[in-house]
Amino acid sequence: MTPPDHAAPRTWRKPPFIANPLLRYGLWLVVIVYLVWAFGSLPFNWARISEGLPRAARIFGGGFPPSFERSGLLITGFKESFQIAILATLLGVALSIPFAVMAAKNVAPKPIYLLGRAVIIISRSFHPVIVAILFVAAVGFGPLAGILTLTIYSIGFVGKLLAEEIEEIDWGQVEAMKAAGAGYLATLIYAVFPQILPRQVGLSMYQLDSNLRASAVVGIVGAGGIGGTLMNAFGRYDYDFAFAILLTIIAVILVSEGISGWVRKKIW
Amino acid sequence: MLEISKLVKRYGRDEPVLKELDLKVEGSSVVSIVGASGAGKSTMLRCINRLVEPTSGSIKLNGNELVNLRGGELRRARRKIGMVFQGFNLIDRLTVMENVLAGRLGYVNLFQAITRRYPQSDIERAFSLMERVGIAHYANKRADELSGGERQRVGVVRALMQEPEILLADEPTASLDPRTSEQIMKLLQSLASELSLPVLINIHNVAQAKAYTERIVGLRHGRMIFDGLPADFDKEALDAIYGGIETAEDEITEEPGRSGREAAHDAP
Repeated sequence: MTPPDHAAPRTWRKPPFIANPLLRYGLWLVVIVYLVWAFGSLPFNWARISEGLPRAARIFGGGFPPSFERSGLLITGFKESFQIAILATLLGVALSIPFAVMAAKNVAPKPIYLLGRAVIIISRSFHPVIVAILFVAAVGFGPLAGILTLTIYSIGFVGKLLAEEIEEIDWGQVEAMKAAGAGYLATLIYAVFPQILPRQVGLSMYQLDSNLRASAVVGIVGAGGIGGTLMNAFGRYDYDFAFAILLTIIAVILVSEGISGWVRKKIW
Repeated sequence: MLEISKLVKRYGRDEPVLKELDLKVEGSSVVSIVGASGAGKSTMLRCINRLVEPTSGSIKLNGNELVNLRGGELRRARRKIGMVFQGFNLIDRLTVMENVLAGRLGYVNLFQAITRRYPQSDIERAFSLMERVGIAHYANKRADELSGGERQRVGVVRALMQEPEILLADEPTASLDPRTSEQIMKLLQSLASELSLPVLINIHNVAQAKAYTERIVGLRHGRMIFDGLPADFDKEALDAIYGGIETAEDEITEEPGRSGREAAHDAP
């Protein structure tokens, strides 16, 4: 194969990701031009930024040491956040199952599929804060708005991932149930749900994490929970209390992360 | 009695996979269907229980036309047709007993299926069949904890739970080691005579087809080119079926060491 006079050593380099050199360097040029233009045209007020930096330092300075003096308020806020997050997760996860089945191409007929996809896309298209603002306007301040917001958020997220999981199941098990003469629902329950169960539990735990975090955010726009407490603390320049709240949020998320990891491992 | 006549299956606009296939299986005989990959063996079997929709033709089981059945009628027809799969197609995360009882899904209602409250007679049938094939002690084990041979036994028992009038086996031994696959073939053979059940087996292993079945049907490019006794299945027939496909070992046509088999299972 090799020519007899192989003088030059054979070399190999990974072929470039984009074969056309013009396109390859052209793309780099476009990226650089865009960055220069974006930084040049956005109104950064450097004077305002340098003025604000000391203030930022004061806020953070005021946060030290964090004050857990008003722990009653902290506990009440978290209790409400937990209630919102858990209720919304239960509701959202329960509702996400039918929507996920509807939105899975392999188990739903075309019109149902489109409907299911539409529901999931709509509930995913707005950030929880925007949905929360709408619900606060609709049902008033308080935890109900938070629960509704996070339920929608959960349906969108869990429903989408679950639908994708259903589309990737081992179809042989479905065929086996069909071959036994099982009806549609019995096939779903026997051949589809056991296959997506671990994923479903994992997603629910993840969604609980996520809802806890989000419940703090939607609280800021008035949908109840620790977010409201945090907002009040900021409003009253209680930076030490606000910092305590932030630390507690981190701790809670860490703990729930640990628990969800453990549960997921157990269920597999 | 199974009567297939002028069965055609084509996928899209491609050349038909099955070209006006005729096949008649009477009484309780064990029939093996051999052919190269792509010859249409699997498609033919799946047309019988309508996991694959036939393009045209007729399939009659004990006088009932299967081709035009819809909905509930199709499910009632399917429960009389047991199927054993190459990949077992067990519900991995359910127990062996649940898998076995899943064979009754065509008979029980949805509530019974969800709560696993199967009729006493089903549970007794399950235990006696599991004892027959030697897996009764695994009843509460998860299906994915079993070995390949044991899993296929579960598959066979699940199919038999349907009280089938015919058993279809789609390469039931292809995922098993040689010894285990012999055991499964023996099991299918003896169950067929015990339950006087016609069995159709798709199989690649010609030696096993000759050893454990009473009739061999050879398919090539969607047409039947051999139909006869194992004794008549000679080198010529093998070449006709696999012609152009190299078969290096000549022993592929030789039967494994079993004699006097023909006399044993000639019962009507």
